[in-house]
Amino acid sequence: MKENKTEELVDFAILSMKYKTKLTKKFENRKKYEVPNPKHIASHIPGTIVETIAKEGDSLKEGDSILVLQAMKMMNQITMPFDGKIKAIHVKAGDRIPKNHLMIEIE
Amino acid sequence: MSLKKHILDLRKRKEKVQQGGGEKAIEKQVAMGKMTARERILALCDQDSFTEYDLFVEHEARDFGMDKKQLHGDGVIIGTGTIYGAPICIFAQDFTVAGGSLGLMHARKITKIMDHALKMRVPLIGINDSGGARIQEGVNSLAGYGEIFYRNTLASGVIPQLSVILGPCAGGAVYSPALTDFVFVVDNISKMFITGPGVIKTVLGEEITMEELGGARVHAETTGNAHFFAESEQECFDQIKKLITFIPWNNSKKAKSFPPKPPKYKGKIEDLIPSDPREPYDVRDVIGAIVDDSDFFEIQELWAPNMVIGFGRLNGETVGFVANQPLVLAGVLDCDSSDKAARFIRFCDAFSVPIITLEDMPGYLPGADQEHAGVIRHGAKVLYAYSEATVPKITVILRKAYGGGYIAMNSRHLGADFMFAWPMAEIAVMGPEGAANIIFKKEIDSAENPDEMRKLKVQEYKDKFANPYVAAAKGYIDSVIEPSETRQVLLHAIEVSAHKDDSRPDKKHGIPPF
Repeated sequence: MKENKTEELVDFAILSMKYKTKLTKKFENRKKYEVPNPKHIASHIPGTIVETIAKEGDSLKEGDSILVLQAMKMMNQITMPFDGKIKAIHVKAGDRIPKNHLMIEIE
Repeated sequence: MSLKKHILDLRKRKEKVQQGGGEKAIEKQVAMGKMTARERILALCDQDSFTEYDLFVEHEARDFGMDKKQLHGDGVIIGTGTIYGAPICIFAQDFTVAGGSLGLMHARKITKIMDHALKMRVPLIGINDSGGARIQEGVNSLAGYGEIFYRNTLASGVIPQLSVILGPCAGGAVYSPALTDFVFVVDNISKMFITGPGVIKTVLGEEITMEELGGARVHAETTGNAHFFAESEQECFDQIKKLITFIPWNNSKKAKSFPPKPPKYKGKIEDLIPSDPREPYDVRDVIGAIVDDSDFFEIQELWAPNMVIGFGRLNGETVGFVANQPLVLAGVLDCDSSDKAARFIRFCDAFSVPIITLEDMPGYLPGADQEHAGVIRHGAKVLYAYSEATVPKITVILRKAYGGGYIAMNSRHLGADFMFAWPMAEIAVMGPEGAANIIFKKEIDSAENPDEMRKLKVQEYKDKFANPYVAAAKGYIDSVIEPSETRQVLLHAIEVSAHKDDSRPDKKHGIPPF
């Protein structure tokens, strides 16, 4: 451990000061913050798409069901967050998807 | 039967049960690179000190053909022994017997030795190597887990509890180690997770190996669930034995005193530290230059390495160190390092171990990920733990103490008993550059040469505030010391505080920001 102590030293800014230091894997792999897009609907939980109810191009009202995502033995209705038209549906019945997977785009 | 026959009969019975799961199962265990449960206990305890209880316990399950199965010791060995003369209670799950699965009697044996440890006020060591709940015993095995967790919680802060993961430890079983004080893992052998790779594949379609999901390295580096990482079981046992020498048997005793020894490091302590507060150094070298025999026993070396915690001795007495590590992430406080420090402070406080804080920190780690991960409530744990602690609390500010970090790292304001600072210590709301940019914004912006003016003003601020004397003038720092005086001053502080008597308002318990 001792010989490579000064290796991988980088400039690391905290407020207005820059420090010479090493980084951790966890820090380097941290997720950059992204501004959420209200027109994108991503999965809030990993699961399986059971059924797609709406089609691309459908105009729907707030609260209308778009698809059903089964997760942890529950059938979750994914609904329109506001009135709008479906631009794209990126999943189909049978798909297994992770968390934060982009499922639906609204125009 | 004659008396001799009785004795021979006992020996025969013992021999039979002590074989555990039998030759084939033992061969399998060895092929996995693992020792057997009995070998593990004997490797840990002082020679001839282990005394076994409940060797002849048998399960009572009747369903699914269990009535025809005899499980030796019901898959767990329990007993008492000593480690370097210190009495301990120990249990070891035996993977060769029905995969070390936990049934009702298996759990009863474990809770029996836990109750014994709590009553006798001696440390408890649990060796986990189990496939999980014994499914044939249904809710009885869940009940068993619950009764173990309950006892872990009751014993917390009364006796030290050590968990050794030497095999799989999955599902509900992982919560017992998580409730204990120190968790030991061994590379390629330890596996801990709530849901295994199989379930993850079914639900998500994601493939992940057991090692990547919950191997020793993952828990030692990424999750922080483990405190000690070893390459082999023997190295792991050496770590356990060493730890036992540093901690007391229970919360009414002090850790054992050892003959005082000077540090091995004979150089000048100031040579270890660059004077520029932006240059890194390894704070463990500083600790090595202070403690007896330069012997610092680090805990959670691989997780949140921007905070260093561990035990050492001063004049033969155990002390706990909490130190910012400028070598990694400049020594910032973040979610993980806060959790790491706070838990250790609470251990030290519960078991009468004085806490020495070495401070050199630029503040909290900025970033949306940290704020969203709850750095506020995590950081608050450090404030809570220090404020709550009544053991002797000593701080040495080495180079810098900025902003909230100054308050958090055992400041006078949180009840520090001794506050020392080295002469190059900068104690301020923030670094000189940032402070000058705010205070002298007008002058800098309106100057003909703003860069020149900024430099001038930064220097002005440095001269005025970036030193320990402003804090010393208010009595926030007791003494500004030369680095070479550090060990002597700490020895003195420990001596003076040997009979410290401090208390907190009576309450059922506080509500720390868990």
